[in-house]
Amino acid sequence: MASPSLANPAPFDPDARMPAVEWMKRNLFKNAFQSVLTIIVSFAIMSLAWLLFRWGVLDAVFVTNDPQVCREAAGACWAVIGVKHRPMLFGLYPYEEHWRLVLMIVVYLATVVISLWPRFWNLRILVPLWIASVTAITVLMFGGVFGLRYVPSNDWGGLPLTIILFTGTVLIGMPVAVLLALGRRSPLPFARGISVIFIECLRGVPLITILFVAVNVFPLFLPQGMEVNKLLRITVGIAIFFACYQAEVIRGGLQAVPRGQYEAAASINLSYWQTTRRIILPQAMRIALPSITNHIVAAMKNTSFVIIIGLFDILTATSAVMQDPLWRRYYIEAYLFIAFIYLFFGYALSRYARQVEKWINIGRI
Amino acid sequence: MLDTHDTNDAVIKISSLCKWFGQFKVLTDVDLEVRKGERVVICGPSGSGKSTLIRCINRLEEHQSGHIWVNGLEMTDNIKNIEAIRRNIGMVFQSFNLFPHLTVLENLTLGPTLVRQMKKKDADALAMQFLEKVCIPEQAHKYPLQLSGGQQQRVAIARSLCMEPEIMLFDEPTSALDPEMIKEVLDTMIELADSGMTMIVVTHEMGFARTVANNVVLMADGQIVETGPPESFFGNPQHERTRTFLDQILKH
Repeated sequence: MASPSLANPAPFDPDARMPAVEWMKRNLFKNAFQSVLTIIVSFAIMSLAWLLFRWGVLDAVFVTNDPQVCREAAGACWAVIGVKHRPMLFGLYPYEEHWRLVLMIVVYLATVVISLWPRFWNLRILVPLWIASVTAITVLMFGGVFGLRYVPSNDWGGLPLTIILFTGTVLIGMPVAVLLALGRRSPLPFARGISVIFIECLRGVPLITILFVAVNVFPLFLPQGMEVNKLLRITVGIAIFFACYQAEVIRGGLQAVPRGQYEAAASINLSYWQTTRRIILPQAMRIALPSITNHIVAAMKNTSFVIIIGLFDILTATSAVMQDPLWRRYYIEAYLFIAFIYLFFGYALSRYARQVEKWINIGRI
Repeated sequence: MLDTHDTNDAVIKISSLCKWFGQFKVLTDVDLEVRKGERVVICGPSGSGKSTLIRCINRLEEHQSGHIWVNGLEMTDNIKNIEAIRRNIGMVFQSFNLFPHLTVLENLTLGPTLVRQMKKKDADALAMQFLEKVCIPEQAHKYPLQLSGGQQQRVAIARSLCMEPEIMLFDEPTSALDPEMIKEVLDTMIELADSGMTMIVVTHEMGFARTVANNVVLMADGQIVETGPPESFFGNPQHERTRTFLDQILKH
């Protein structure tokens, strides 16, 4: 029989099928030192897992309304989520109106799921869809019509606020980012100058500064009596900050499109905008997609900066809720719950981006 | 009103054309006339300015002095002139420059629908007609990178033809191809020449020049060294530079 190394010249080939025992012998217990390391590390991992399991499952309290029950238990108090989930998820929004927020989240998720499907990538579908769902969400959130109670945007909070900030940031920020990226490469000195100044100035300051300006300084420049909704100002502020970073990412993609593409477009007499829209941008966005996703995920988490201007996004709302003296010692469980929600959305985003990359590779989009 | 200029029967007239890349002069006093239906092959060592010359004709490069007239219309900074001239000129590139994110059919119909405002159905029919002409209608729904180099270049030719130009420029159309694919592209070009298309071809394919060209031009160091019909150009070159060039290129 041939020696194993000849029969299988690439010992780390992931496709090579090996019996489990053989695999362990080769990778975990190759010599004495490795075997000792394996035993120590696996002991550490298993005891940690056991501790977590005991804390999180065996000794945990899952359902109770009485904090005393949690106090007597040795493990986690997941019951706090059951007790406090509504103010955590929905902030200061009037308690009896929470169904409107649930409905809002359903409408939102449905709209997003439809929009992410390539078969619906058609402006004649997407534009009416978004107009309809933004209208529906506005009505649900504000109320004041159809017998719904009016809720000012200062009382909005929790997950719906995070969703609105994030979606507003991306919907406003992406087109601005594309324009800035194109402007920075424009042959027109004016467009180039404006874009460079805009990007460099805003990228150079912290997001908090921009939010502060949007909330406290911007109103000073408005004419007497005119007021722009605070939530809108904040969303635009985050969106522009997002756009400045995203613009540089897109510019990277634009630079990677070969010069020959411009020449071919010129030779069939396409105009600047036709070339940009049909030839250059589609390729640049495909190239830049991994980094674009990266910034979108970051933008989702940047929404928690609104704490500084007194809006209660999901993270701030949770911190506020956990001030309750009866339940405050179970903040870890509460934050784990919120972390899970962020993780859910963030992971869904990156899975989707992966899928888009796959579609691109097989030429479906 | 666009300025027109009487260029007799020449569809392209170039006179004392000069171009610099920075300090480096790539074209020096180039004069060239191409009549309707004429096939001109431009050859010469690399760096002699032959690609730059044809790229000036549809303004992929800007010239600094001299004149270019196409159908009596002078190529200037005026965007109207540039568009009017490009409407009559198709171009095929060494590296194909197909749009990789569009299918073959979409590559062909993009210009007709956007620039010539054809209906999608008519543009599709036109595109299929030209794909048949270059013998690859069955590839219409594939993406360019799924095709061989020779097929890609034939798609590129068809894409230019879909704009129904009067003049075709070829910038080393076979230089990026494997030897066995050169023939299929040359055959397509010969067919095009037989249909009466005005063509300017930059190439090292001397066999093509000998059989297809009305006029062969040798460029060296940014200047036209010798011009003549293929019989005299190959059979009895007048200049020493032409003889050394032909020696080098025909030896192997």
